[in-house]
Amino acid sequence: MAEPVLSIQGLRKSFGALTATDDVSLDLRRGEIHALIGPNGAGKSTLIKQIVGELRQDAGEIRLQGEEISALPAEARARKGLARSFQVSSLAPEYTVLQNVVLAVTGAQGRAFGFFRPALSDASLTGPARRALARVGLGAREGVRAADLSHGERRSLEVAMALALEPAAFLLDEPMAGMGPEGSARLTELLSGLRSEAPILLVEHDMDAVFALADRITVLVYGAVIATGSVAEIRAHPEVRRAYLGEEE
Amino acid sequence: MIREPVLNALILAALLLVPLGALAMDEPFLITLATKVAIFALAGVGLNIALGLGGMVSFGHAAFFGLGGYATGVLASHALNYEPLMTAPFLIEGTTQMLVHWPVALLLSGLAALAIGALSLRTSGIFFIMITLAFAQMIFYFAISWPAYGGEDGLSIYVRSEFPGLNTLDPIQFFAIAFALLALALGFSSLLARSRFGLALQGARQNEARLRATGIGPYRIRLVAFVISGMITGLAGALFADLNRFVSPAMMSWQTSGEIIVFVILGGVGRLFGPVAGAGLYILLEHNLGGLTEYWKLPFGFLLLAVVLFARGGLIGLLSGEKRDG
Repeated sequence: MAEPVLSIQGLRKSFGALTATDDVSLDLRRGEIHALIGPNGAGKSTLIKQIVGELRQDAGEIRLQGEEISALPAEARARKGLARSFQVSSLAPEYTVLQNVVLAVTGAQGRAFGFFRPALSDASLTGPARRALARVGLGAREGVRAADLSHGERRSLEVAMALALEPAAFLLDEPMAGMGPEGSARLTELLSGLRSEAPILLVEHDMDAVFALADRITVLVYGAVIATGSVAEIRAHPEVRRAYLGEEE
Repeated sequence: MIREPVLNALILAALLLVPLGALAMDEPFLITLATKVAIFALAGVGLNIALGLGGMVSFGHAAFFGLGGYATGVLASHALNYEPLMTAPFLIEGTTQMLVHWPVALLLSGLAALAIGALSLRTSGIFFIMITLAFAQMIFYFAISWPAYGGEDGLSIYVRSEFPGLNTLDPIQFFAIAFALLALALGFSSLLARSRFGLALQGARQNEARLRATGIGPYRIRLVAFVISGMITGLAGALFADLNRFVSPAMMSWQTSGEIIVFVILGGVGRLFGPVAGAGLYILLEHNLGGLTEYWKLPFGFLLLAVVLFARGGLIGLLSGEKRDG
């Protein structure tokens, strides 16, 4: 197996007496969707925040394509190819849909210091932005302000902005949360095809989507990994059933 | 509602026609008032880049305004006294040429903005406001306590600085200079707002975490914007010194910082022509209310309160509605 795209080794993070991340190791391999599941309060968000650089870990290391990134600020990790979507939609609300994605393309190109040419008449920015919008089905909504979008559309815009970064790895934090069934189905299909472009670390509560999409699943409980494996392995895992899926079966 | 570009054109036309009319009716004082509007508007255009586009509430822009003023004042006073600024290690002489004053003013205010911004931008919110104020006050007290250039009494410039081919002592010609610089700054500001840089800057104001997630660090973007902002306000200061033929530490006082903020708020924060409308309204009220009572700032205060409470888009917002991007 080739070197994993994203590799996390022995990550620890405590807030006072609470251990939010307890010696977590996991990797994201080329071409896979790796789902991260766990009950509320399992430390999924804390883990994501450490990977993207919003929080600094107490110990352990994070490697992206072999390079240690855990000392870099969030924007540097993004430039290295780590694209994330936010659990709660985090957009530039006054900007139109297109402007939001153009902003992401600007970041991806690493050239934010252009002072004269209007960004929206620069085809090298709007071209990739429109392609990303078309893929998530927001092509017809590019002129709408982000603040005026429906909840599901905002989730799609989040994904479009991640796509526009053309990253080495996607980190999608509950991309389907609050989406209608139609949106979920569309997004499931999109993500399924996306894994061949860049692997996806997917945090998701929608178990149907997880079981449909994931190549591997890691289960986090009280900050620690209790199991990693294929969908079948996780479904059958006794500890996972007890801790997370419930024992009603 | 008037479409914003139309409204902008009307404002610019008014600013141009009033002094031309005044010239025809031989009212030089009106021309001077219009010049003052153009200069204050230029200072406001500078601040609007930091405040309107970047969301950085600088309470210290008077420092840049004053530094620009002193650039003109110091260079001119040396020229008029025939004393070089320095002789060692190399000779620097004073000059009365605006074309030299302006780059010096831009450079000085730009360097000051770089230093002040680099430190202040590590904070945000109320702390940013207070730190920019503190730096401006430091420069203010420095100017007061430096006797070589008049200290508290300020520095008179006996002859207005020169511009090749123009008689700057003629009010309408000096107005033309101020108006041209304002128009240039507005043009630049308009381009900037729609550029990649402007997109990132306004993105940083709306959602810093999102900007980081796209790989753009907000600190550098804001710092560059702060420097550009300070430089434009510094250029306005250089013109203001020539308008009054006098510079004093009062140009750097916190009241001046407040006034520049008021121009922007009154006209409309983040609106291209906000500072022009705001400075125009301010001078109009100062002149008319000030003619009625010396306590004109009291009713003016209520007006400002009304704008902040009921017309967040300022005068431009009132006349042309909510801001439209793109």
